[in-house]
Amino acid sequence: MSPPLPRGLRPKPRRPGDNGNGRNGPNGSTVAPPKPTVKDQAVEGTASAIGWVEERTGLTPFLRFFLFRKVPKGTNWFYTLGSATLFAFLSQAVTGVFLAMFYEPDPTRAYESASRITNEVFLGEFVRGMHKWGSSVMIILIFVHMARTFFFGAYKYPRELNWVIGVVLLVLTLLMGLTGYLLPFDQRSFWATVVAVNINASGPLVGPYLADFLRAGAEFGPTTITRFYALHMLLVPGLIVALIGAHIYLVTKLGTTAPPWLKAEKKDLLTEEI
Amino acid sequence: MTRRGLMTGTALAAGGIATLAFSLPALGFALGPIFEDTTPTVWQDVGPEDDFNEDTYVPRVINITPEIGDAGKTTIYMRAFNPRRDKVIEGQDPQPYVAISTRCAHLGCPVRYIQASQKFVCPCHGGVYGFEGQVEGGPPVRPLDRFYTRVELGRVEIGDRFSLNSDLERFAPRDPSNHLDGLWQYLYPARPTT
Repeated sequence: MSPPLPRGLRPKPRRPGDNGNGRNGPNGSTVAPPKPTVKDQAVEGTASAIGWVEERTGLTPFLRFFLFRKVPKGTNWFYTLGSATLFAFLSQAVTGVFLAMFYEPDPTRAYESASRITNEVFLGEFVRGMHKWGSSVMIILIFVHMARTFFFGAYKYPRELNWVIGVVLLVLTLLMGLTGYLLPFDQRSFWATVVAVNINASGPLVGPYLADFLRAGAEFGPTTITRFYALHMLLVPGLIVALIGAHIYLVTKLGTTAPPWLKAEKKDLLTEEI
Repeated sequence: MTRRGLMTGTALAAGGIATLAFSLPALGFALGPIFEDTTPTVWQDVGPEDDFNEDTYVPRVINITPEIGDAGKTTIYMRAFNPRRDKVIEGQDPQPYVAISTRCAHLGCPVRYIQASQKFVCPCHGGVYGFEGQVEGGPPVRPLDRFYTRVELGRVEIGDRFSLNSDLERFAPRDPSNHLDGLWQYLYPARPTT
């Protein structure tokens, strides 16, 4: 059963005698219905276009389920952190796609193409800056969102699975940070990546093989940067999009929690009644 | 077996085979570089024998990965074999020249040789190595790596890298951070790529 439409969106019943169709005039004559105004036509056209899609997809229950959920009392600004993280991700995705139009993942050309984005391409410095600083913003927002979930107890039954998905998303986002850091290919990003790969190599048994996988060989080679680029813009973002879908589905399905301080209030109310 | 069961099984099997048919080759393609050694031994000339002496290190730049420009170059420190300081390990032919890699055995930052103290110092996390590359302080887990050396027509050439444990015994090249002493060495095996 999908939730009801909010009051403002419900269709209004017509007032008696307001439809104009076949209304009785004086002396038993009928008055012609008034001509539809431009506004009426626009409303009617939009409604019929939406109706066309709705008839073929049956989307309405899903949209209603998604958009018109009941939220608990006490919902406050802390509940917007997940959406904020989502928008940080969208910003990264959009700026990343456009940066990819100018960036060349080649060890001899990566630095030049990245500095061309900054110095020559129109708004390049701004978009690259959005992507660079946005990555930090996204990671900070994830941790704040996680802290909110933790301190509000919103990870408890039945939301444990959503916490697990969220942790996987955190790890994937950190992986985005790791793989993206190499791409400007300046001294700092090169050496930071060397150190990061060697930290992976320090794991017993699998570590050395993991490092070989990341470098595509025993040494930092010609395909290391393309490998990082492919992980950064294809594999990991794909996984993130899929898991964000699952994350938001579960939020919709299970609803949000009330802030913890509201529970105390309710208990007081119960004792009063008894 | 029912007819329905057979059809369900066939559909599932066909889907499974189709999935494996693309995913296994793709996975093998992605993991392939772990299992092949794509770096052939190349001997690189670093100068005439007269350039190097027994008591101090001279920096040289060599190419580890030629295709990638400056990122593939690395600095090494060279000196001649010093019979008074360098011990000869039984069963291992002594190298005519000592070529020390600047890759720190902690996490791979470039170390620098300080002549005044005869030590190698890493800028990242404070690793300190003695004259022979042995660990004297900080987080590194083994001595600095070295390269094979040989002399051809009076000129010194540099070959493959190798790693050493704290007794300066030779091992196949390892990544920084991989221990080579005691039981630790079995947790960091030699890899097919080297």
